[in-house]
Amino acid sequence: MKELSLNILDIAENSVKAGAKLTEIEIFESGDKLTLTIRDNGCGMSEGVLRTVTDPFYTTRTTRKVGMGLPLLKMEAEMTGGSMSVSSRWEKDYPTDHGTVVTAEFYKNHIDFTPLGDVSETLVTLIQGHPEQDFRFLHTRDGKVLCELETSQLRLVLGDVPLNSYEVICWIREYLHEQYNENN
Amino acid sequence: MKSLAELQAIKDKMKDKVILREGTGDVRVVVGMATCGIAAGARPVLNTFVEEVNNAGLNEKVSVSQTGCIGICQFEPVVEVFEAGKDKVTYVKMTPEKAKRVVEEHLKGGRVISEYTIAANNE
Repeated sequence: MKELSLNILDIAENSVKAGAKLTEIEIFESGDKLTLTIRDNGCGMSEGVLRTVTDPFYTTRTTRKVGMGLPLLKMEAEMTGGSMSVSSRWEKDYPTDHGTVVTAEFYKNHIDFTPLGDVSETLVTLIQGHPEQDFRFLHTRDGKVLCELETSQLRLVLGDVPLNSYEVICWIREYLHEQYNENN
Repeated sequence: MKSLAELQAIKDKMKDKVILREGTGDVRVVVGMATCGIAAGARPVLNTFVEEVNNAGLNEKVSVSQTGCIGICQFEPVVEVFEAGKDKVTYVKMTPEKAKRVVEEHLKGGRVISEYTIAANNE
């Protein structure tokens, strides 16, 4: 992927497909290290599936449940000297407390680090496509909040006006841009 | 700075519009947003469609949505246009510039841009 923000979009789409009511995306930067976490309360997956999700050769020929997305993220993290891990609680085993957490660590000063890119566009795209689901986003650098968004708060104001109405989408994009401009 | 009060104003302005929108969406534009599509540039294509459909005043008639892998990854970004009573049109190797033209000529003007379709790119 050209930008890390596209990997974020790709992995978060998995969360949406897993029926997550809430998908949380966190980017924590601390010195040279960037930690990305995507956490959802979707249906999760069995231990058997979990063992194969980072290996494209296992997934492509079987259920096609995850495909290339996680292997790509893993490769991009490892290329910088970082790592990626996935943990999951399958709905069948954890009926009330299920979901998946993907965590990836990157080292920003490594020459193979993929730039973060336009995270605002990724969030706008997710909300545009999935207005019924909630997203929570937080991006911090060395403890300082660069940008945050919680769609459930917007929903409280909007009532039954859909989150993907054009005017709302434009407001969200501006809202994110303003935070980044102000705090960067 | 953007405020929630501004969002409230959007809501108040849109109350009437929402009612109007129900039962519409005669034309559906669907953008493939799986790993293959995203890697090939589907995100700006989708967001261009959303913006241009609005700019052309087609919001009532055209809905823009996302789907997973359509199965022809080598042609991504892929965009499908569904219209009641007509054959599905599959546009391939899309860019934001091509998306603008599709909104103008196809969605607004009613003329399929055949050079962007899969049939024209399948040799």
